[in-house]
Amino acid sequence: MPRIRVEVDGATYEDDVEPRLLLVHYLRERLGKIGTPVGCDTSNCGACTVLLDGMSVKSCSVLAVQADGGDVTTIEGLGMNGTSHPMQRAFHEEHALQCGYCTPGMIMASLDLLRENPDPSDDEVREGLEGNLCRCTGYQNIVKAVRRAAREMREPAEREVTP
Amino acid sequence: MIPATFDYARPASVDDAVRALSDAGEDAKVLAGGQSLMPLLRLRLAVPDALIDLGRIAALREIRDEGDALLIGAMATHHQVIRDPLVREHAPLIARTVRIVADPAVRHRGTFGGSLAHADPAGDLPAVALALDAVFLVRSARGEREIPASAFFVDWLTSALEPDELLVGIRIPKLGAGWGVHYEKFHRTAQAWAIVGVACAVRRNGSTVEDARVALTNMGPAPVRASAVEIAVRSRPVAGDSFRAAAEHAAEGTTPPTDLHGSSDYRSHLATVLTARALQTAAI
Amino acid sequence: MTIQEVGTPRKRSEDARLITGQTRWTENITPAGTLHVMFLRSPHAHARIVNVDTSQAKARPGVVAAFSGADFAEEQGSLPCAWVVTDDMKHPDHPPMAVTEVRYAGEPVACVVARDRYAAADALEDIDIDYEPLPVVLDMNAAVADGADLVHEDLGTNKSYTWVFENGDLDAALHDAPVVIEREYVQQRLIPSAMEPRSVLCVPDADDFTLYSATQIPHILRLMLATVTGIAEHHIRVVAPDVGGGFGSKLQVYGEEVLALLLARRLGRPVKWTESRSEGNMTVHHGRDQIQRLTLAAERDGRIRGLKVNLLADMGAYLMLVTPGIPLLGAFMFNGIYKMDAYSFTCEGVFTTKTPTDAYRGAGRPEATYAIERIMDELAAEIGVDPIEVRRRNWIAHEEFPYETIAGLTYDSGNYEAATDKALELFRYDELRAEQAARREAQDPVQLGIGVSTFTEMCGLAPSRVLGSLSYGAGGWEHASVRVLPSGKIEVITGTSPHGQGHETAWAQITADRLGVPFEDVKVLHGDTAISPKGMDTYGSRSLAVGGVALFSACGKVIEKARVVAAHLLEAAEQDLEFAEGRFSVRGVPEESRTIQEVALAAFAAHDLPDGLEPSLDADATFDPENFSFPHGTHLCAADVDTETGMVKIRTYVAVDDVGKVVNPLIVEGQVHGGLAQGIAQALFEEAVYDADGNLTTTTMADYLVPSAADLPTFTTDRTETPATSNPMGVKGVGEAGTIASTPAVVNAVVDALRPYGVHDVPMPCTPERVWRAARSGGAR
Repeated sequence: MPRIRVEVDGATYEDDVEPRLLLVHYLRERLGKIGTPVGCDTSNCGACTVLLDGMSVKSCSVLAVQADGGDVTTIEGLGMNGTSHPMQRAFHEEHALQCGYCTPGMIMASLDLLRENPDPSDDEVREGLEGNLCRCTGYQNIVKAVRRAAREMREPAEREVTP
Repeated sequence: MIPATFDYARPASVDDAVRALSDAGEDAKVLAGGQSLMPLLRLRLAVPDALIDLGRIAALREIRDEGDALLIGAMATHHQVIRDPLVREHAPLIARTVRIVADPAVRHRGTFGGSLAHADPAGDLPAVALALDAVFLVRSARGEREIPASAFFVDWLTSALEPDELLVGIRIPKLGAGWGVHYEKFHRTAQAWAIVGVACAVRRNGSTVEDARVALTNMGPAPVRASAVEIAVRSRPVAGDSFRAAAEHAAEGTTPPTDLHGSSDYRSHLATVLTARALQTAAI
Repeated sequence: MTIQEVGTPRKRSEDARLITGQTRWTENITPAGTLHVMFLRSPHAHARIVNVDTSQAKARPGVVAAFSGADFAEEQGSLPCAWVVTDDMKHPDHPPMAVTEVRYAGEPVACVVARDRYAAADALEDIDIDYEPLPVVLDMNAAVADGADLVHEDLGTNKSYTWVFENGDLDAALHDAPVVIEREYVQQRLIPSAMEPRSVLCVPDADDFTLYSATQIPHILRLMLATVTGIAEHHIRVVAPDVGGGFGSKLQVYGEEVLALLLARRLGRPVKWTESRSEGNMTVHHGRDQIQRLTLAAERDGRIRGLKVNLLADMGAYLMLVTPGIPLLGAFMFNGIYKMDAYSFTCEGVFTTKTPTDAYRGAGRPEATYAIERIMDELAAEIGVDPIEVRRRNWIAHEEFPYETIAGLTYDSGNYEAATDKALELFRYDELRAEQAARREAQDPVQLGIGVSTFTEMCGLAPSRVLGSLSYGAGGWEHASVRVLPSGKIEVITGTSPHGQGHETAWAQITADRLGVPFEDVKVLHGDTAISPKGMDTYGSRSLAVGGVALFSACGKVIEKARVVAAHLLEAAEQDLEFAEGRFSVRGVPEESRTIQEVALAAFAAHDLPDGLEPSLDADATFDPENFSFPHGTHLCAADVDTETGMVKIRTYVAVDDVGKVVNPLIVEGQVHGGLAQGIAQALFEEAVYDADGNLTTTTMADYLVPSAADLPTFTTDRTETPATSNPMGVKGVGEAGTIASTPAVVNAVVDALRPYGVHDVPMPCTPERVWRAARSGGAR
């Protein structure tokens, strides 16, 4: 069994894993990082989105062995130490979640979107989140939340520690 | 859903990868970005004995200028290709099309070579490679060979690669000056596969079309070059009428499938409409 | 001055755990020793099970047990149907795990229990099953024809029931009617697609069982599990932890829930099962699936005389919890907001070898609303009148409420004029009509269509007496408790069971206002039969209109008891006390007062209570509504329709809804947005498709097209507020309104765009190919 070494939300883990073990199952079942859910088996829904070396990936479509040596950030790695991340706050402020199942992935994908484009238009947000499905909100408030977070993250005075 | 067990190798060099592939036998699969393969593994539609993971072979991610062509390493990610200045300058059709492949997270992992080797006729990149007369550079323990795009896509999910062959790079001849390009993708939702796609490049000389390349996505078990359109539009004025007239030939010689998202004759119709639009957009 | 909570767009308190990944999904709960179950499912739509061999699977490493349906035949019972709609309804047995015959692809046939999911998945491949294929039954028209192949041989027919409602003289209405319009509409089959897959965990503790499930109905589920398995109800506790959306799909008693309980009992260890999406698409109950035949008779000026409706409703292979009743919820809605003299409704429930159908967001009302709102546009086109105008000529005027409809309901309140006027203004209706005319004139290949939907629906399910008259198996009341803690903090217990709606916030707002306590001092508990012993759960837009009113009433009881204690403490007469902003004061002597917290402490200490008064201010209340509530509204959709490709792009969508009094406008708006997305998805994108062998071809989200942000427009939403008169809060319900209203608005827009091409219908979903074919075959001018 290959041995992997992965940094997840600031802690380092070393484990022997079956090659077929999906990254999302490694996170959930081996590390107990259950903040990242699974929503489908074809990488369409994006609920399992995490950052791998700073870029969004669908953790159901990455093998744990492929993440060897990598740095993973999950929803649980945001806003640690009691302060919430501006993206988390914006989702709350704009009522951008209902059941919340898509929310961890949606937030991680949104962070990735802003990394690429710090000031997206509505349409750019919609296109940038096309890989993340939500069944509750109709997306309108998600678009508002991402743009709100973008504003806050551009304001130096408001800037929080980002992962 | 959960993949079946498989052996796993992560070679550090192309030589090692070729050797591993040769040793692994017929039921091995190459793991590039995994964005097409992983869902197939999870649904157990693919059950390989072994995966050869190319993820750690840095050399395969290089994008190089070779003078009259670009060489895109098979493992260059979509994300990397979109941003690469060489690709943007010399192969804008690729830069633009890759931008609409799948979604951002998939583009971070998915690779240019992986998409092409997967040979999905509904994928966007095969038609683009065909339109650009790409050349596929292939290695095996037996040696190297080059496969022109016209011979690379054989059938549904089937390329000309032999089981022991590894796609290492794709050579994209530069189009040169005077070309306009466009990829017209028609799909029901942002995530859905193209019902039909048209990859198109047009070279103008003033108000006349001097040359054109047109290739179609999902109009058969493999991407097809719309040669009749290319011939029909040459030397015609740059105008909607000439594009529409030429595009009438778009479906000639194609065998479009009937599936959940469109019937064969609808695809044939779409090919003509979308080809006219693609020519128009590329030419202007 | 405390703030007025009700009506305030307060941010949700549920969000804190949801945005940080601390959510308690069922799948997140894994007690030590948990075993994982996976089911082997039938690859055939209809087959006899000849033999099941699990021996190889059992021998695999990590596998604890493997079972076939036969191994549970004696104890698994039959999955319940709580709605026997007619005395002679055909109601087949439905074993949780098939024993002798499978009747839809995906039906569970065997299972593996292993120490982890990976081992279980591998072992499934080692189970050997011999099937003898039987004829599939896929088409409803063929299924009801003489000599049809049968889904259930022993029933002798594929018809489950025929249900009829008639009022007025339809023959007279049809006779010599100047305008008669006949249409057939197909409600395609939909997959609810809640983002959280189903998941169930059963933890045994000697004779007791705690079952965690991603369910909308912990209370109903508990009762049904007891009924099906014979395990006494008081030995079963059901917990619905955080539940990731339902939309009706988790209003069900699933075989996997029953089997998790039985496996935990047999193995004496916690047993968990979580479905994959492709598994779920085959086996979560589906929605809609009706063939609707309508005949509308009207005067030449557009006034409706009567309406005749004949439905074929696909039950799928079995009757599940409320399967047969779903189309009947539409029986009362086909008349919409319109007055007419005669109405006839006939529904036949039909068995097919497909996944069972049941409630999906709207449940019967979207189907009915679609039909009436589509045919109103046909009527407008037939008589050459604007679709808004033909509706005005028929709708119930606001001064006519309460109004008894031809379908026998009494609409208590409404103001269709106000909602429509507001929508027209927001939409810029006249400008868009002018643009449409110009584009028609110019023969623009991209035509503009304008779709109208002036809908109402019945929600707040439901008056128990009405449910009884419809032979439903239970009542429709709801329960709430208010616990006033010694410190003056409040715990609210609700029998409704949220799965994303925001009850924890809205119920705290209601309580804060009623009791005059800070919002932050209220905690809302739910979704656990040990904590919330009584309830009828969440579906049918009932939570606020029934459960919220129960809470309102329980708060009233707290105040009344507190008043007695306060009067005693203040040595004043009860009738001299005023209660405002959480404080009892003697009228005219404001310095003589006690806060509700002080009263609570006194009631807890019980040192000095009036004779005979029990300690504590806690109160319970149950509310059983006398009538449904009737949200309504006007939705307008403008769509660009590319006649060359068939692509439809929604350009403008305006929704003006009247959901009565609003507790939290933020939540209401969110419900409307989400509802619109699902209704639009039915109109344009989604369809569960079966192949000729009866296999579902849309098993993944790559093929079943749930729209993304990039596929939907920005909505313009607004409200009018006509309070319901059927409950003391004036509330109606909003969970399903957006879905019910939007589907016909969108399809009306598509058809409107193509009217110059002679088109009068495009089947749903309006795929590009269907739109293109309609434009082409409609006979272009």
